[in-house]
Order: sequence, then structure tokens, then C-alpha cells
Amino acid sequence: MAITRAEVGHLARLARIDLGEEELDHFATQLDVIIGAVARVAEVAADDIPPTSHSVPLTNVLRDDEVGPCLSHEEVLAAAPAAEDGRFRVPRILDEE
Amino acid sequence: MTELTRLSASEIAAAIASGEISAVEVAQVHLDRIAAVNERVHAFLHVDREGALAAARVVDAKRANGERLSSLAGVPLALKDVFVQKGVPTTCGSRILEGWRPPFDSTVVRRLRDAGVVVLGKTNMDEFAMGSSTENSAYGPTRNPWDLGRIPGGSSGGSSAAVSSYQAPLGIGTDTGGSIRQPAAVTGVVGVKPTYGGVSRYGLVAFSSSLDQAGPLARTVLDAALLHEVIAGHDPLDSTSIDAPVPPVAEGARIADVSGLRVGVVKELSGEGYQAGVEQRFREAVELLAKLGADVIEVSCPHFVYALPAYYLIAPSECSSNLARFDGMRYGLRVGDDGTRSTEEVMALTRAAGFGPEVKRRIMLGTYALSSGYYDAYYGQAQKVRTLITRDFDRAFESVDVLVSPTTPTTAFTIGERVDDPMAMYLADLCTIPANLAGNAAMSLPCGLAPEDGLPVGLQIMAPTLADERVYRVGAAVEAALRDVWGHPLLEEAPSL
Repeated sequence: MAITRAEVGHLARLARIDLGEEELDHFATQLDVIIGAVARVAEVAADDIPPTSHSVPLTNVLRDDEVGPCLSHEEVLAAAPAAEDGRFRVPRILDEE
Repeated sequence: MTELTRLSASEIAAAIASGEISAVEVAQVHLDRIAAVNERVHAFLHVDREGALAAARVVDAKRANGERLSSLAGVPLALKDVFVQKGVPTTCGSRILEGWRPPFDSTVVRRLRDAGVVVLGKTNMDEFAMGSSTENSAYGPTRNPWDLGRIPGGSSGGSSAAVSSYQAPLGIGTDTGGSIRQPAAVTGVVGVKPTYGGVSRYGLVAFSSSLDQAGPLARTVLDAALLHEVIAGHDPLDSTSIDAPVPPVAEGARIADVSGLRVGVVKELSGEGYQAGVEQRFREAVELLAKLGADVIEVSCPHFVYALPAYYLIAPSECSSNLARFDGMRYGLRVGDDGTRSTEEVMALTRAAGFGPEVKRRIMLGTYALSSGYYDAYYGQAQKVRTLITRDFDRAFESVDVLVSPTTPTTAFTIGERVDDPMAMYLADLCTIPANLAGNAAMSLPCGLAPEDGLPVGLQIMAPTLADERVYRVGAAVEAALRDVWGHPLLEEAPSL
């Protein structure tokens, strides 16, 4: 067993996905199979091989700090699930006293 | 069916430029075709009738004014619903973005508009481009025009089905692990993943940023090349965009000559798990290349067998990070905000309701691969394998100009066949993933029908980074030779809808 049901529950909490009991069972079985298969990368001897994060060699891409046109308040808030006083309204962030 | 919908994009553009037909007529004929067949195929999620006709009117006005028209002015196109288009619904095949209308245009959309290409609407896809069948769309699967009981490939299955069912001569897809080439292969059209960084990702909703690449789908190699030239080029809004001239792909398509070209057959991309009819058509295509004057040799890329496991660590890792933005706070779905729940609880309920099973699986897989304690063994090791796969390509391209393989191990499978078996689904990308990990250009070209099921088979042609013109050169040569053999384009053998 590469991954347990409890570990899947922990991953779901980290990823902010509220999974039901049935989903947890289902995903635990599937993730176990997938992790077992992808773990094959360990067969490759690669201790002295540098990792590749991107196929294009990247250095920092910078531009001049110039003010350009941007979206208006109204455009930005138009798609918000809830807005108030020109801001995004979100559920409480801090625990109640 | 009106004949106009059977024309290639370059034929349509020529007819518009000469005044033989108007862009509005062309748009209307395609909108009528969509109205007639889309209910059965389900290629489009949203048809932008008014926007398409308005774009066509602009082209007609330009022509009336004597302005110079671009190579694809007035040609209709099916756009994968992963590109933001200002004011037009953009869902990425997900419930979490249902009803969202983006406030800006992606660079691809801007370039299409500047070239006078007429965007007919947004096409169906696997949710956030994760899948190989479009069955992971929250809005129901797209169907393969060759057999409505089968999948059209994925994740760009809506675009491949639209092009192969004559609802549009051109389509745009994105290819993270094969999502342009595999749908092109199983629906009998041409699909190209350009060199990574060749086409801007600005406004392309990210799945796996180091792999995602937009590219063309078309019914001819030349049409794909013309579209490639319209969308490609450096963009300061994408920091991974390559600041170099666009490879001369249309020229490559017009050269269409392989004499003296060295073609390598990848040894590792055949054998067990490959359908007999797929291997047969592939072998015939290789023999044809030799007959056309290419030097064919077998080459070994020993690390390609580890491409699939490496990909299914790297892509989910990047996805788990990219999809964190869908939190129900600034746009999109919000669930459970009843005044008592915390932000964290609302996020978790929103993401549980808004994401489908495959997206949840990949987010959790990526979260796992990036966890402390597992990072080196999984994500870190996968990145090293990525280096070895790139070295395999580099070594192969020292002795050959292009590499070839089948695009997919099998023809289109039936809807429902693999939905509960994620590993079986992932195998559809076996041959296409190496080019995503290394970033080089690759095409899928129709090379016949598998004798056992009568379904299209794709020939994959891979070229070195920034040598995209080679896949077009080889593709156009094979396309012309096969057309001589068949006496007509392969798509004409598809059942009429």
C-alpha cells in the first residue's frame, strides 16, 4: 500500500477539498494504483543528473516599471461572488473570540 | 451539407480575398453547420454567433476598402474553452468557472482577431485540460464524428471534433501531454504542438505551466502552418515566450520534400500495448517515407519508457499549485457562504463542488508528490528523468532530422470504457509526452484507418526545438503521397452527419 485512506484525507485538507467518506475510499484506491505506477521513476539512476524545471533556459525577465492601462474597479469586481464598498467580500478569516 | 464547409482554410481565405464569397457568408454557413450537427457531436460549449458575424463584417469592410488581408482573414475557427476571451463565457470545462466572463483577451485571441480569423465559439475539453477523452468535462462528453459512441480524444476533443465534422476548418487546442496530437490522431485531422515557448500562454488558463503549449488543428498541413504563423511569436506578457523569429512553417509545408532527410523510428514507441492496425499503418507510413527518398533508421531513446511516470508527477505537481487560485473569493463559484463558515471552510466546499474527480485526483497527487519527505523521491526524481529524456532527444537528433512514431497506441476507445481506470486513460499519452517534457515540436498527421475498426490512425513527427518547419515539411510530403494513394483526403471516408 503506497498511500492510506488517512493520508488521502490529509492531502484533501491541505488542498482545501472537502471530500466525503465515499470519495475518500474511492480516491485512496485509485491514488494507490497511480502512485505505485509513477514510483517507477525511482528505477532510473540519476544521482548526478541535474533536474530540468523548464525546457527553455530561463533567466529573470524584467520590464521597465511604467504605469500602463489596467482594469477598472467595476471590471475587476464584476465577476466576484460577493462585493461590498468596492472590495471583495469574503467569509470570516479569523476565528471568533 | 454546403460545399463551403468542405473547403480548406487557405481555399476559403483565397475565395474571400478574391471577392468570390464574403466572410459573412462563410461565417453563416459554418454557424448553420454547427446548428445542424453540434447537438449530436457536442463540440461547442458556447457559440458566439454575434461575435463571429461582427468579426466577419470587419473583414468584408477591410476588403471593400482595399486593405491588405492576412493569410487567414475571414476563416472561421473553433477555440478551446481554456483561452480567455473578453466578455465571452470561459469555463475550462469546469463547474467552478460556470458563467464566468473574463475581463480581458488572451494573446492568442488578440492575434486571431488582428489576423481577421473569425472565432465561432468555445469548444469542449476535459476539465482544465486534464484528460484524453473530453469525458472529464463538467458539461458532458464530445463525440467522435467517425463513431458517435467513441471519444474524440482529449483534452482538446471539442476542437478536434469541430474540425473533423466540418463545423470549422480550423481549431485551436493546447497540448500539455498530447492534448492536441492525440485528439487530432483519433479524429483524422492534423494537430501540432509547437516548440514550447513558441506561442504565448498569456490568457491560457494554466494547468502545468512548464508543459502547456497552444497550437493548431486543421484538415491540411498547410492550413495548420498558416494558423501556427498567426498565433506564434514573442510576447512580453509571457515570460517563457521565446524571443526568436517564428520558424518558417508555411514554407516548410510548401516544400513538402523529404528526399535525403534522415528519419528516425523510435524503437521504444512500439510493441506491447500497441494495437495491430495502428502498428500496421505506422509501418506503411515509414515505408512510404523511404519510398519518397528519406533515409530511415531505427533509433533508441532508452528513457522514453519513463516519460509517462515522470509526466504524472510533474504535471499534477504544477496543477496542484496552479489550481489553488480557484478559491471562490474573487471570481467563479462560491459554495456554503452562509455567514457562519470560515473562509477556509467555504474554499473547501467550493472546490469540492466545483472540481470533478480527475481534477481532484491530480491536485491530491501533486500535493503528495510535493510533500516534504516525498519531494526528492517523486518530484525531484521526475525532473531528473526529464533531463535524461531531453538528452535522449539531443542524441537522436545528432543522427536524424526528425523522429517518428505512432501518435497513440490505439484508435479511439468507446465512451465510458476508461473513466474508472485512470491509469488506462493515462496510457493514451504514452507516445506524445516525451516532446512535452523536452519542449520540442511535434505533429500528428492522419496516416490511414486501422483495418480492424476502420478508425483513424495518427503518425507522429517530432523535430528539434525551434525546428518546427521540419514537421510541416515531412507532414506535407506524407499528406500529398497518401492522398495520391487514396485518391481523396482521409476525412472523406468518415460517415456524413
